Amino acid sequence: MPTDWIWGLVGGALIGTAGAVYLLANGRIMGASGIVGALADRTATGAAAHERIAFILGLFALPAVLALVMGGASTHAGSALWVYVAGGLLVGVGTRIANGCTSGHGVCGISRLSLRGMVATVFYILAGGLTIVAFRHLLGVV
Amino acid sequence: MRNLYALVAGALFGAGLLLSGMTDTRKVQGWLDIFGDWDPTLAFVMGGAILPMAVAWQLTRGRKPLMGGAFPPPPEPRLGRSLVIGSVMFGMGWGLTGLCPGPAVASASFGGTEGLVFLAAMISGMALAPYAKRRLDASPAPA
Repeated sequence: MPTDWIWGLVGGALIGTAGAVYLLANGRIMGASGIVGALADRTATGAAAHERIAFILGLFALPAVLALVMGGASTHAGSALWVYVAGGLLVGVGTRIANGCTSGHGVCGISRLSLRGMVATVFYILAGGLTIVAFRHLLGVV
Repeated sequence: MRNLYALVAGALFGAGLLLSGMTDTRKVQGWLDIFGDWDPTLAFVMGGAILPMAVAWQLTRGRKPLMGGAFPPPPEPRLGRSLVIGSVMFGMGWGLTGLCPGPAVASASFGGTEGLVFLAAMISGMALAPYAKRRLDASPAPA
């Protein structure tokens, strides 16, 4: 749709504002993989864990409410389940080894001209592009 | 108060992901797939997000976080093997599924079985990552 890019900009501005709030108020970098990952591997405990749980609660709840108000939303994820098992494992291990994902390295890293953020973003976009081309156009599984 | 700010930030992040279309795997994979019906939306989302965030980084200069403590130190200049290997792994999973950590959590209520399976696998991967990272750090660096 021709309005998609406007919603992209509006939604993007909300994402950037979210990162600004988390940084300026709590002094933290808004990286989704770091926030979820530090709970998953139990490196965040006590107050640090509570802060992350609160963030995840907001991240889960507002889209859930908005989706209801909008009359439903869909991820259109329709590949075989093994794809989500393999993809989830790769995203989980990869983001933690690289210490960041699209929000941490991409949004928060690039906006402070971090070399690590820019290099990570180049590699995950290249890997993502090659993977979709291989698995969609050559193998036809996604 | 820290938790309230975290809740607000998470909620804004989630709303932004949903409204921008980034919880829709077709749009994410449509952006990555340059040989398909290319969808430029993700670039607008990134641009829209980086602008306010760049302003926020400028505002950190000479200040302290509202809730006390200190702002994150300047980014580490060293790149390292784990940054590249991890990012390539992440990109492969992202390309396969069209999902990354933020949207996976934001879409949990409407993402169906596929979304929940992805989330469970991702969290398992995150729990296992410290072991993978230790092995990576222990193995000799290529000459």
